[in-house]
Amino acid sequence: MKGFAVRKKLEEVKKQGKKAFIPYIMAGDPSLEETARRLKLLSEAGADLIELGVPFTDPLADGPTIQRAAERALKSGTTLRKILNFLNEIKEEITTPIILMTYLNPVFCYGIEKFFKDAKEAKVAGVIFPDLTVEESEKYRTFAGKYCIDTIFLVAPTSTSERVKKIVKASTGFVYYVSITGITGSQLKLDNTFMEHIDFVKSLGKPVCVGFGVSKPEEASYVAQFADGVIVGSAIVKVFHETPEKALNFIKSLREAI
Amino acid sequence: MGKRKGYFGEYGGCFVPETLMPALEELEKAFYRAKIDKNFNEEFESLLKDYVGRPTPLYFAQRLTEHLGGAKIYLKREDLAHTGAHKINNALGQALLAKRLMKKQRIIAETGAGQHGVATATGAALVGLSCDIYMGTEDIRRQKLNVFRMNLLGANVISVDTGSKTLKDAINEALRDWTTNVRTTHYVLGTVFGPHPYPLLVRYFQSIIGREAKKQIIQKEGKLPHCLIACVGGGSNSIGLFSAFLKDNVKMIGVEAGGKGIQTGFHAARFAGGAKGIFQGCLSYVLEDEDGNILETHSVSAGLDYASVGPEHAYLRDTGRVIYTYATDEEALEAFELLSRLEGIIPALESAHALAEAIKIAPKMSKDSIIIVNLSGRGDKDVQEVARIKGISL
Repeated sequence: MKGFAVRKKLEEVKKQGKKAFIPYIMAGDPSLEETARRLKLLSEAGADLIELGVPFTDPLADGPTIQRAAERALKSGTTLRKILNFLNEIKEEITTPIILMTYLNPVFCYGIEKFFKDAKEAKVAGVIFPDLTVEESEKYRTFAGKYCIDTIFLVAPTSTSERVKKIVKASTGFVYYVSITGITGSQLKLDNTFMEHIDFVKSLGKPVCVGFGVSKPEEASYVAQFADGVIVGSAIVKVFHETPEKALNFIKSLREAI
Repeated sequence: MGKRKGYFGEYGGCFVPETLMPALEELEKAFYRAKIDKNFNEEFESLLKDYVGRPTPLYFAQRLTEHLGGAKIYLKREDLAHTGAHKINNALGQALLAKRLMKKQRIIAETGAGQHGVATATGAALVGLSCDIYMGTEDIRRQKLNVFRMNLLGANVISVDTGSKTLKDAINEALRDWTTNVRTTHYVLGTVFGPHPYPLLVRYFQSIIGREAKKQIIQKEGKLPHCLIACVGGGSNSIGLFSAFLKDNVKMIGVEAGGKGIQTGFHAARFAGGAKGIFQGCLSYVLEDEDGNILETHSVSAGLDYASVGPEHAYLRDTGRVIYTYATDEEALEAFELLSRLEGIIPALESAHALAEAIKIAPKMSKDSIIIVNLSGRGDKDVQEVARIKGISL
């Protein structure tokens, strides 16, 4: 699959009259071998895209579940470098496009252009940088474009319409709508203001996927009514860590709900 | 200030989750409004005078000067400001900003040594805002007295048990809280760090230190000093002092925490042992490994025990305008005891790092040269920890 695979995949899903299911797992939690197994499992359970977290010592947009996962991954020696090598090795086996979610500092230290170049080599389809604001993103977007990798920016319920316009413009894969003003794994509460806001984001013409706070099939089903895709992170990280034997069924139930 | 908004040369910027961006834009607007708001500034200045006790004295440390036998040493006595450290200038300014210009109901803050937490709790009590303070459990252990003070002032201290259990982890938690409660809450960041506009905002409130010092030294000596020395954790007391002298022919030295020595890896000297990185909202010097993960730090002083440093310092270092060095735990402890014995002033362990540098360089300078050391805070909070290190039970 060539670059800009995230957008292509979402178009494909849409043509089928479906909504995208986008699970998140942390690379290297508890090991990269296990990550390979989980990626296959997610793929087989019907994931349309997979968000793969890069562990970082100070994940300030994440809640305790993902922070602990990052700690376990760091403990197993997982680094951005190793993740890119790992993806390079398994790229023929996994057909589901992978989106890397990483805080900026690992990328900055790796070298921005080198990161995008190697990410393309490893068939990474898109990137999410939770601490990259659209204002600071020019350099990152230039290289992402050069190496055909989709950039996915986050819109928050607090984002003003002026900011939403800028963010949507900068997003090439989809717009990641953060359903709550909070960190990952918080409880989901959706009201009228939220509905109006997300309608506005959707009116700007790019696919909008919703994440943060979606932890049950019922919530996923509800969110899928007005989003092009549903992202589930903490709940999946949790089930893999605590009761891995239940992971497949749980993931399937999310897929079915969406 | 660089050409790009919020940048000092290549350093600074605004690297935060999108949820916080509208709040930062709101803060930036409020800050620019505050700068030209006559009522706001009058109220702030009147509080600085009658509540904080400014101007703080510029004290000639005669016995220390004689002991060292070189340059004349003056101490800018921020330890005499209300709550015992320079932190009150900024905390009060931001509390006022939150209440008057942004109409917030609640403020939160992070604290390492506890001085910023105490100052913020004080500001909250004074203007009538609810207040939560995030503090690492390791710092809570080191700074029990300040935890009790914050509680007395009506603030809730929330312990942070993640990561290194110190300042950086408290900042992560405070940022998470702010992300969640951004509509009602203002985050009183304690130093010239983090996303734009904090480095500028905090400098604005701390610049009073340098303006006073400049006026005072000219009154006392009829000339500018030869050298300014201040400790650098996040870097607010030093920026506060340096900012008034940047265009003058005055040497400036920032002193970081050398901990157990740079080679040991147990330190917080970002310039001696760090590299460029993006951390907690801005691009600056960071203690990190080659994969971009943040390293744990060590310092005898909780207030200097931080993995990064204000972006303006990174810029001042690259341009050569300020020289950055470090003092080890041991040197700071010696300075702590020396000033106590010779001048009857127990300095904060943070400030003791700056004094340690003065002790090194003053003897090599001529008797007519002048050093100003920023005594950023008083050492009451550190007495128990120093006793513990010396193996004395109180």
